[in-house]
Amino acid sequence: MPLNLKDLGIHLAPEGRKNIPDPTVLYDLIIIGGGPAGMTAAVYASRKRFRALLIAKDLGGQVLWTSDIENYMGYQYITGQELSKKFGEQMEANPIDMQMPDEVEMLKVEPGQIFRVKTKNKKEFTAKSVVIASGKRYRSLGVPGEREFLGKGVAYCATCDAPLFAGKDVAVIGGGNSALTAVNDLLKVANQVKLVNIMPNLQGDAVLVEKARDPRVELFLGWETVAIKGLDKVEAIQIINRKNKESRELKVQGVFIEIGLEPNSEFAKGVLLLNEHYEIIVDCSCRTSVIGIFAAGDVTNVQEKQIIVAAGDGAKASLAAYSYILNRGA
Amino acid sequence: MMFIKDELVGQVKAELDKMTNPVKLVFFTQEVECQYCREMRLLLEELVPLSGKLTLEVNDFILNKEKVEKYKIDKIPALVVEGNKDYGIRFYGIPVGYEFTSLVEACLMASTGESGLQPESKNALKQLNKPLQIKVFITLTCPYCPQAVQLAHQVAVENELVTSEMIEAAEFPPVAAKYGVMAVPKTVINETLIIEGALPEKEFIERIISSQTSNQP
Ligand SMILES: Cc1cc2nc3c(=O)[nH]c(=O)nc-3n(C[C@H](O)[C@H](O)[C@H](O)COP(=O)(O)OP(=O)(O)OC[C@H]3O[C@@H](n4cnc5c(N)ncnc54)[C@H](O)[C@@H]3O)c2cc1C
Repeated sequence: MPLNLKDLGIHLAPEGRKNIPDPTVLYDLIIIGGGPAGMTAAVYASRKRFRALLIAKDLGGQVLWTSDIENYMGYQYITGQELSKKFGEQMEANPIDMQMPDEVEMLKVEPGQIFRVKTKNKKEFTAKSVVIASGKRYRSLGVPGEREFLGKGVAYCATCDAPLFAGKDVAVIGGGNSALTAVNDLLKVANQVKLVNIMPNLQGDAVLVEKARDPRVELFLGWETVAIKGLDKVEAIQIINRKNKESRELKVQGVFIEIGLEPNSEFAKGVLLLNEHYEIIVDCSCRTSVIGIFAAGDVTNVQEKQIIVAAGDGAKASLAAYSYILNRGA
Repeated sequence: MMFIKDELVGQVKAELDKMTNPVKLVFFTQEVECQYCREMRLLLEELVPLSGKLTLEVNDFILNKEKVEKYKIDKIPALVVEGNKDYGIRFYGIPVGYEFTSLVEACLMASTGESGLQPESKNALKQLNKPLQIKVFITLTCPYCPQAVQLAHQVAVENELVTSEMIEAAEFPPVAAKYGVMAVPKTVINETLIIEGALPEKEFIERIISSQTSNQP
């Protein structure tokens, strides 16, 4: 039995999402994203008595996917679930309007420096300032079969989907911490795990590399994954050795793609200046290339992608928006 | 308590305080050969005392054929969350981990009879004219799954033609295999329409409505 129900415990989602947004008001601030950056920005906005709205797909962001956190100050150890719950509780104590679950699809600058956002749920909201904290999502591999077999053996969330591969042979693509964590999750249920990394070594923390040294893990280092194959579901992956160009087919029923992250910045393209990784370029006060739009956390070009950094920048962005609104008048 | 830890009791109670009418948790179990039956019963026995409006009815899946048929239960552990009427809310498998929220939400909805859906969604659902069965496959370690489960349950509360089942995929491997569940959440509507991932409310409702209208001769 892989799952220990006792360890799993229970999780009660925060209440916040019930503060209904109002499409007819001109908000002081719209916050996009519900990760550490967005949630912190929300708390600061509430305390400044801003008329603010948070639009997010979820509360927690990447923290929801993280099992153990040992570097967020105040907690020597806390699980991602618990930490996001605590963030959520603090938001509840300092409420703002919430549009959730929803997703911003378009951001527009209108005359008078008014910002309009449109969401996937076809809602529109306007505001005098915006904090973008939409973070990052898992990057896709971009090989044939990947899209076709999504949900048919191709997976991006090992915590979510590992229980569905009990007794199966699976491949994990990647070599960093998230790939190694996936290997670890899968070892609890799967039969054989093949770890395929394009680089000739593993990039993860030593602790995780250690855990992946298991007789049931077969390493393919310096191999590139070029295709995912099967009839109606995944049956194999095709890999090529980067050095000698040898090609091999590995029989697997699941492929977990863990090759890092990319920013959720599509809606900012053409509006804001992005760097070559599509991260939003900010200055040290979280200002973007458009006056009145601020950005914080993993979606920005700030080098360090950490919870405490994202939360800190969320606070900075919210406060910067506050002084912007004060000086803007009206 | 094993599941609802001391520090959470107050929070769960505060949520359940929003209940207006009584809710009966109709549970189906069997002492032998059921993976999490015992644990699920324990969970419910911990939950029920936290609200004066909750009661628990325990039925044996083998012996109590009449109830099994009445609620159309086909596997265990199973739970029906019943308010003034049976809204069609079902949980197959134990709703702990992230899914505990869905259980509490189901109790609130069954109690108030209010789905909490957007007015536009409520309106759109009035077009339904045929029974609709929604199955939402989940795992207990999936943060996006409760969103899909709760939305399906909301639709069931809103329209009496709809039943909505949460199915914990790891507890029912043959069922998960039959529906080819290899990623969660996965929603199966009337055995044919398949949705991978959690959709926002508006899109989900649109998919339901168009599936019904396009099926018409
Ligand atoms: C496996 C893993 C382990 C990690 N471990 C640690 C650790 O131990 N310690 C540590 O400090 N950091 C860790 N990190 C990094 C940390 O989680 C991130 O740096 C942090 O979560 C960034 O916060 P954020 O708010 O900027 O973005 P995210 O956490 O990415 O949150 C983004 C939010 O925006 C929402 N969103 C996205 N697009 C849209 C849209 N279009 N409209 C509306 N909302 C949208 C998302 O749903 C989400 O709510 C880890 C990350 C991963 C993946």
